[in-house]
Amino acid sequence: MTLAVFFGCTFIAFGPALGLFLFTIARDPLRIIILIAGAFFWLVSLLLSSLIWFIAVKASDPQDEPLQKGLLIFGVMFSVLLQEAFRFLYYKLLRKAIEGLVALSEDGCSPISIQQMAYVAGVGFGLMSGAFSMINLLADSLGPGTVGIHGDSQLYFLTSAFMTMVLIFLHTFWGILFFHGCEHRRWWEIAAVVIMHLAVSGSTFCNPLYVGSLVPSYLMMAAAAVWAYILSGGSAQNLRRFLLCLRSGASPQLGS
Amino acid sequence: MTELSAHLPQFQHGQLTENFPDNHLSNTNDSCERRRHDNSERRRNDNPDSETNGQPQNIQQVVEHDEDEDEELTLKYGAKHVIMLFVPVTLCMVVVVATIKSVSFYTRKDGQLIYTPFTEETETVGQRALNSILNAAIMISVIIVMTILLVVLYKYRCYKVIHGWLIISSLLLLFFFSFIYLGEVFKTYNVAMDYITVALMIWNFGVVGMICIHWKGPLRLQQAYLIMISALMALVFIKYLPEWTAWLILAVISVYDLVAVLCPKGPLRMLVETAQERNETLFPALIYSSTMIWLVNMAEEDPEAQRKASKNSAYDKQAPANQARNEDAEADDGGFSQEWQQQRDNRIGPIESTPESRAAVQALPSNSQTSEDPEERGVKLGLGDFIFYSVLVGKASATASGDWNTTLACFVAILIGLCLTLLLLAIFKKALPALPISITFGLVFYFATDNLVQPFMDQLAFHQFYI
Repeated sequence: MTLAVFFGCTFIAFGPALGLFLFTIARDPLRIIILIAGAFFWLVSLLLSSLIWFIAVKASDPQDEPLQKGLLIFGVMFSVLLQEAFRFLYYKLLRKAIEGLVALSEDGCSPISIQQMAYVAGVGFGLMSGAFSMINLLADSLGPGTVGIHGDSQLYFLTSAFMTMVLIFLHTFWGILFFHGCEHRRWWEIAAVVIMHLAVSGSTFCNPLYVGSLVPSYLMMAAAAVWAYILSGGSAQNLRRFLLCLRSGASPQLGS
Repeated sequence: MTELSAHLPQFQHGQLTENFPDNHLSNTNDSCERRRHDNSERRRNDNPDSETNGQPQNIQQVVEHDEDEDEELTLKYGAKHVIMLFVPVTLCMVVVVATIKSVSFYTRKDGQLIYTPFTEETETVGQRALNSILNAAIMISVIIVMTILLVVLYKYRCYKVIHGWLIISSLLLLFFFSFIYLGEVFKTYNVAMDYITVALMIWNFGVVGMICIHWKGPLRLQQAYLIMISALMALVFIKYLPEWTAWLILAVISVYDLVAVLCPKGPLRMLVETAQERNETLFPALIYSSTMIWLVNMAEEDPEAQRKASKNSAYDKQAPANQARNEDAEADDGGFSQEWQQQRDNRIGPIESTPESRAAVQALPSNSQTSEDPEERGVKLGLGDFIFYSVLVGKASATASGDWNTTLACFVAILIGLCLTLLLLAIFKKALPALPISITFGLVFYFATDNLVQPFMDQLAFHQFYI
């Protein structure tokens, strides 16, 4: 529990998200607002789900360990469903906002597209989710202590950081997939997002058996990444041209 | 309140050390600042002198003929202006939270202000609740009395009194409170320091601050100083207000701001109307502004040269003779609440009496304004809003069991409240207080996160489940 652990875990968990934020979101004020509003919606969903869990816990016997764990699992599942419900609500709100922006604009098109909004909303959800999971851990890692001294896993901080990073990425891709599904009325895409989210959260139930939670989550992240890339208009050819441009360093082809 | 906050802290400092009324002034300033915030919103639409003294007129004329364009401009500038306010509010909160987390002085209980005489260390919960209600009631009554006093002073044109008061408050804030802050930071990090170096540092800090805030200075430096004094003021509140009292005061001050700004008989509204009648603006020293006031410079000399020179400079508040009529009130009025109200009045005024004020502004050379990029129009927020937002987030980080989660939740809630307030301003196009929505969200999220979310997240972290 040193400064090295603190900085290492911070950058593992939030480094990619920070890069995404700095390069794609920070320049445009509208995107920053959408990001913060997305974080707010995630927060409200968490609040409501903790309320339900809290009521359930208060109504039950605090000494009964299996019951408490069962209630926690129920709380996690309910929270996942509520998060997706609030993602849908946020989609509805952004749709209305786009209509307003279009009505107000001079040339009849909105300054930001629904796909960009989907991406930013996903990052907002992911950042807030990651922050809530990780921040207290990071603060504790600055202080004194020994990880796993009572027999728990010694990789607690590291795995938490990796799990947070994968969740932030997943939320970003889920945002794109979800909004695309809502836009084009493809309910199976929405259902796939919900099922993926439930699967990822469910896989964390095998912690501290980290191979059971981290590996499936990263695989699902890769799948969601490819799917979101294809839905956003990407293709293998685009990717190849992008990579070739970088390698050759020549004047950029507009295609990539 | 939002706009006048800048002066408020100064006053507040003066008040805290001097007497009770000062606190009230701070509060009133806060409401003024808020209104200023609203005013900036309105300015965007139809209020020529809210943010940029001269510019809105031109822009107003340009957009007047086209409703859609006007709305579009509102929205276009809305996002940018929201971010222009997000950044300083975030910076202020970051400074406050960083200080609370590292310097233990501001979380140590060292007595209470004389404005909150009842202690909260009581035997029963009922007694504690009663004491905190009484404390909040006393604080709010002081604020109301001070606001009414300011209205009276302003109505009878006692500008010198207000001006002097403001100067004394700034002095106390910039010198005394920053000296204490510096001392505590040195103690925390065990830095050996001699009095001569400290005297030099504080002297330079204070004098440059006084010049930047009350006279001229680079815009960024002025903004930085306003943020610093807001943070200092918020830290003082966090230290000396006991817990329940602090939450109650936050809640009541939001209600008071709402009432004072929207009710026809509210003191702040009366100040605004009086300032409108006199065609005066509020003192800019109490308001955080993201750009300078064009009118000030324009009225002084050649507008073209002024425009270039004034691009990055702060308002010139102490040249009443050179300022346009709108500025006179600002220069004369040293008190925060009055200034607030004046500025607010100015903001509100043009809506009702557009021909006169517009004629006044149009009388000035306007070629520099027409070529002005509309996006140069700035947004203003009273320092009182900064202070109370930071008090909420600071108290959350100091006393919450959820710690960083609660702090983060309150931070996001306040930013969203600010966003919503700006949106409402764009829709209603009249002065609205900026404190109620943000503080309500902040309070709801503080209590909800601390009591409901924190146990849930604790259990999740214990089992390493992820949602």
